[in-house]
Amino acid sequence: MNERQIMTADEVRRAIARVAHEIGERNGGVQNVVLVGIYRRGIPLAKRIAAAIQQIEGSTVPIGALDITLYRDDLEIRGASTQIQYTNIPVDITGKTIVLVDDVLYTGRTIRAALDALTDLGRPDRIQLAVLVDRGHRELPIRADFVGKNVPTAASEDVAVRLNEVDGGDDAVMITRGAV
Amino acid sequence: MSNMPIVSPFVPWVPTPNRKRRHVLDLDDFSAAEIIDVLDAATSMKEVLGRSVPQVPILRGRTVVNVFYEESTRTRMSFELAARTLSASTMSMTAKGSSVEKGESLIDTIRTIQALGADIIVIRHGESGAPYLAAQHFKGSIINAGDGRHAHPSQALLDLFTIRERLGELKGLNVTIVGDILHSRVARSNIWGMLRCGMNVTLCAPSTLIGDVRMWQETFPTLKISYDLDAIIPDTDVLMGLRLQKERMQAGLLPALREYSTYFGINQTRIDNLPDHAIVMHPGPMNEGVEIMPEAADSPRSVIEAQVTNGVAVRMALLYRLSGEATA
Repeated sequence: MNERQIMTADEVRRAIARVAHEIGERNGGVQNVVLVGIYRRGIPLAKRIAAAIQQIEGSTVPIGALDITLYRDDLEIRGASTQIQYTNIPVDITGKTIVLVDDVLYTGRTIRAALDALTDLGRPDRIQLAVLVDRGHRELPIRADFVGKNVPTAASEDVAVRLNEVDGGDDAVMITRGAV
Repeated sequence: MSNMPIVSPFVPWVPTPNRKRRHVLDLDDFSAAEIIDVLDAATSMKEVLGRSVPQVPILRGRTVVNVFYEESTRTRMSFELAARTLSASTMSMTAKGSSVEKGESLIDTIRTIQALGADIIVIRHGESGAPYLAAQHFKGSIINAGDGRHAHPSQALLDLFTIRERLGELKGLNVTIVGDILHSRVARSNIWGMLRCGMNVTLCAPSTLIGDVRMWQETFPTLKISYDLDAIIPDTDVLMGLRLQKERMQAGLLPALREYSTYFGINQTRIDNLPDHAIVMHPGPMNEGVEIMPEAADSPRSVIEAQVTNGVAVRMALLYRLSGEATA
């Protein structure tokens, strides 16, 4: 297997800090912001961004967890084998600025499902998207507002984000070629 | 012909790991891991039910047909609500007012429903084994919503879900199932599921309502049988009452309802003798004043209403599990 590293733990840390700054800048502070992590690696990323915002802005941003299993459009293809996770957003999202957080932006279908899921939970004022890696190959008219790193990839490659909270060990982003 | 085996109650069916589930006919072919998977999925489904807009789109375009040859309130409504919450289309057929009254056979009815585009059939039938026959003639999935005295797997799963929700881990809990065991499909499915999950199960009833003790012992070597409810109450974590079907008395199985009530009814005294954490369950419909007293059904120990609510979440988890061509 051909694997190369495209982000080190330090680069992941800096990217998160920069995204945290940008979220505050774009929204004129974070008073109305709620971070919503998409299961699975979006959740620890949202927590880290919230911690960075706490340091920068001195205020606590609510964090939620979103599972999009029940909004997927590929049940026929991928089947029902995925275990459903628990959606838990501790505040009413109506009138809020929601920042969706995920590790990799690829086809955009996960985000499409997440937008549907959020719409069912309330009516936010606006929804923004923060991702650690944008690897291109969009299949839907979706773009990220905050990007840790843009990485041109081939469709045959696989981008793997490793976070200490989920995977153990050092944070890293790897590209694997011809993994399938 | 389908390769779905018809399970004899005397031959425990060892679950095959990693087999893609097509039907839910009883819990005898569920491993403990699969039961826990369903309960975990139901926990997420319960969150959906608590939303202000309780609907998710995952089963849009699928059709779930309820085929009920026997009367039912909660099971049918529960399956219907579960299907709608997942955005499936639902249809209902009851024997009364359908072609069944003109003499249409079960197999022909199933084929007709298949031709109408059903993906999942939820079937209740008075004859034990009817859902197994239906499964042999249907290309989609069958969920057994109660067949004769044989099985009622979705009820057993919602009972397990409710127990886990209230008491935490299932393993090691002492369950007493009291009442008309002989005629109870709820008891049979629960016994399979509870033993698989490592619970200790005691059946308690007058001997005429237990059935063949040797059959029980041969099928379930760890199952306990008691004729003295008061003796086992202090060691019971979960006390599950079953409906006493009043027509049983006419069959000579019971001398008098009042006598049954005195020895096996769930009343305030017996509730007081339960351990502090214990819960009281009943699958409904209840004969209040016979197998359970109103004060017991309404006591803080009673989780009977939670059972009904949880039933929708558990059935959502089952409908979801049977949908889609799983690759794993």
